[in-house]
Amino acid sequence: MTDARRTGKPILTVEEVSLSFGGVKALQGVSFDVREHEIRAIIGPNGAGKSSMLNVINGVYHPQQGTIAFKGRRRHDVDPHEAALQGIARTFQNIALFRGMTVLDNIMTGRNLKMKCNFLQQALYWGSAQREELEHRAKVEEIVDFLEIQHIRKTPVGRLPYGLQKRVELGRALAAEPTMLLLDEPMSGMNLEEKQDMSRFILDVNDQFGTTVVLIEHDMSVVMDLSDRVVVLNYGRKIADGTPDEVRANPAVIDAYLGVAH
Amino acid sequence: MNVAFFFEVLIGGLLAGVMYSLVALGFVLIYKASGVFNFAQGAMVFLAALTFVSIMKMGINFWLALAVTLGVMVAFGIGIEKIVLRPLVNQPPITLFMATIGLAFVLEGLSQLVWGSQPHGLELGIPDVPMQWLSQKWNINVSQFELFAAGVAGAMVAALALFFQYTRIGRALRAVADDHQAALAVGIPLKNIWAIVWAVAGFVALVAGLMWGARNGVQYALTFIALKALPVLILGGFESVPGAIIGGLIIGASEKLAEVYIGPMVGGGIESWFAYVIALLFLLVRPQGLFGEKIIDRV
Amino acid sequence: MLYREAGQFKATYAQDQQIFPIRQDRIAFALLLAAAFVVVPLIANQYWLSAILTPFLILSLATLGLNILTGYAGQLSLGTAAFMAVGAFMAYNFVLRMPWLGVIPSFILAGLCAAAVGIVFGLPSLRIKGFYLAVATLACQFFVLWAIQRIGWITNYSASGVITAQKIEIFAYAFDTPVRKYLLTLAIVAVMALLAKNLMRSETGRAFMAVRDMDVAASVIGIPMMKTKLLAFAISSFYCGMAGALYAYTYLGTVEPEAFTLDLSFRILFMVIIGGVGSILGSFLGAAFITLLPIFLSVLFGGISHATGMEISHAVVSNLELIIFGGLIIFFLIVEPQGLARLWQIAKEKLRLWPFPH
Repeated sequence: MTDARRTGKPILTVEEVSLSFGGVKALQGVSFDVREHEIRAIIGPNGAGKSSMLNVINGVYHPQQGTIAFKGRRRHDVDPHEAALQGIARTFQNIALFRGMTVLDNIMTGRNLKMKCNFLQQALYWGSAQREELEHRAKVEEIVDFLEIQHIRKTPVGRLPYGLQKRVELGRALAAEPTMLLLDEPMSGMNLEEKQDMSRFILDVNDQFGTTVVLIEHDMSVVMDLSDRVVVLNYGRKIADGTPDEVRANPAVIDAYLGVAH
Repeated sequence: MNVAFFFEVLIGGLLAGVMYSLVALGFVLIYKASGVFNFAQGAMVFLAALTFVSIMKMGINFWLALAVTLGVMVAFGIGIEKIVLRPLVNQPPITLFMATIGLAFVLEGLSQLVWGSQPHGLELGIPDVPMQWLSQKWNINVSQFELFAAGVAGAMVAALALFFQYTRIGRALRAVADDHQAALAVGIPLKNIWAIVWAVAGFVALVAGLMWGARNGVQYALTFIALKALPVLILGGFESVPGAIIGGLIIGASEKLAEVYIGPMVGGGIESWFAYVIALLFLLVRPQGLFGEKIIDRV
Repeated sequence: MLYREAGQFKATYAQDQQIFPIRQDRIAFALLLAAAFVVVPLIANQYWLSAILTPFLILSLATLGLNILTGYAGQLSLGTAAFMAVGAFMAYNFVLRMPWLGVIPSFILAGLCAAAVGIVFGLPSLRIKGFYLAVATLACQFFVLWAIQRIGWITNYSASGVITAQKIEIFAYAFDTPVRKYLLTLAIVAVMALLAKNLMRSETGRAFMAVRDMDVAASVIGIPMMKTKLLAFAISSFYCGMAGALYAYTYLGTVEPEAFTLDLSFRILFMVIIGGVGSILGSFLGAAFITLLPIFLSVLFGGISHATGMEISHAVVSNLELIIFGGLIIFFLIVEPQGLARLWQIAKEKLRLWPFPH
């Protein structure tokens, strides 16, 4: 499953990143890289700092120390808007969809960076503004087809069950046609069927579009099946880095999950 | 630059500020315990003052009228909690805020419907004349009444601060303000607590109503005092009882000083907006106020 | 039976994106427009035109403005009346000092002035949210009114701050009768409502709603916070400014700064809440409701007076009005927070099924 994919050079390099909130040290000196086109998993027990790591990568949190290099550009910190411009899209652990809008509108917001018409043109809605809107609508419909959510496209997102909301959030991230996708626990709260669907979507995205994927996941079977390489965090530090098989056999990782004191 | 005059304006401002704090205290109470910003506090002050004055006019003596009005305010407080707040308990704060705007209108209309809309005077027995020895010794005119009001406000603040810090109910109130679910989980009876809070807020409104009514007369304009309390709360933080006092002092003083010293340069009338602009500038620099707690947005 | 979409298939996205995708809706709306533009001027009397319909349209426009800012973009504002005042007084100045501009361009420029003021007082929204922002807008409300009264130039040095709006003349055609004022107002409001609807169903509208629902997420997916929030303030204030200009020219005639107090701001906020937050249709419904309610009440109490022989004083009626307004706000917030617009939607859904119960 993993060696058939062609992965390239590192597209993201995390170097000695440390992050603390007041007295709480969320991350301490974490370094790893992510290669182009690969699926990289970040795992670890609860509170290990996985979400914080994703937040640092796309600029929601600013680390006190360390740098992130994406597509060759090293920066100490960046703001989320810039990260989005550079081609990073993400989903969130506690779904961050816009509850007042429909599924279609939510996914359309993912296209915002590609929309060029100004508000005056939009107010007239005739000519270029309408063309642009329909063009992007067509693209979004492709994603709707891909994620098999045609039947709920006009439903306000707040009314959908959890699993479908997660799918819509993935759709919104995909709408940006990102180079790298950050997925924060995309399978949490899903049953077996939904997990299979979600895994299929992630693999397809990686396959068809070459999108690099960094995902946080607790379900070990998903991690082992999907990912090329795995980073293991515990108490804010990296304790293992390698292929799923290597990591699974690593005694430090086993200790961390079984809670051996250290 | 007349120093005595400056002090007179300053002290006058500080004392006016204390009066604002009296109203702000009611806000703080309710916000501290339920997270609701009660826009209707001004209307409650008006209702309290009008009820008291009307009852007195019917010939009832001071203390009995006070007791009856207190009863009315407490009843209203409990009623408000039951009818308006409980159905809205899970809504975002902005919805609750807008509901209290509606509530303000209801209370204003109701007060005037029941008691009529003519202005009334309110006599508390303390004249609004300068303190003799201050004006004679240092040529500073400070109203006796305003000093009395300051004393009352000070006493209330002290009592409330002690209440929140040291009594069981006070602790329960703080727990409720922090996290409703958690408070429920440890067995704090939410509904009773809220009823208590609104009742106490009603009492605070009554005291504020008496003070303001005596100073400015009991009339519809009293409801706008609530609006002045907003900058006070922004400065002092919405959850701090001492903050309400300090905020009030700062707003009162700077407003008066600005009116007297800057006002003439721009045509006067600065008092209508100066407090808000100060609050606005403050918000830009320190959104949580002097004593409030910083809120961190987590995604 | 009548209200069925059966058979109406959308073959292109363009058809799906229409403002009225259902044919019956299109027909109904066309009839409504015909009634408003043609029937009403023919049958309505002067009182209805000048005292009810024209102010209803003007307040709908202001409600639309506030709805864009508070309903769609989630930035609570209590300064609506101040923006209207800017529009009114600046329109007066443009017509007075640059008569060669023409009335409509003057209105538009006045609206742009209001937009500029809106941007300035909207800057705090970049740092503060919720009802803290409401307090900032209160600063705007009080400051603007004070400025209008103090800066003599604005009121052309009139002693009491009162100005008289000039006669509206567009290409030598005078709009001085109630019917003509009504039609002019209707035309302007209809066009601006269409522009607003287009805007809200495009990327701008989505960006506003994203900022309202979860601004951190919005910024993460690339929506620019500052530009979006300031644009919301600008557009909203422009609409309120235009409404203010119309308020002065086609309704009040003689304008004093006291016409634009905090009370008016609250009234418009009530129209937004009752009509429906985040809805163009809701803005009109809310404005209609609040404009018609006092009339309904006075008719009702007049009837009660006649029937029972009791004399109900004006003060009683106005206090009851306050109580009912406030009560309705609370009622709507509890029962249907999305206002009359949502009730209308529910009615339409029931109509689709009629005569079947479900």
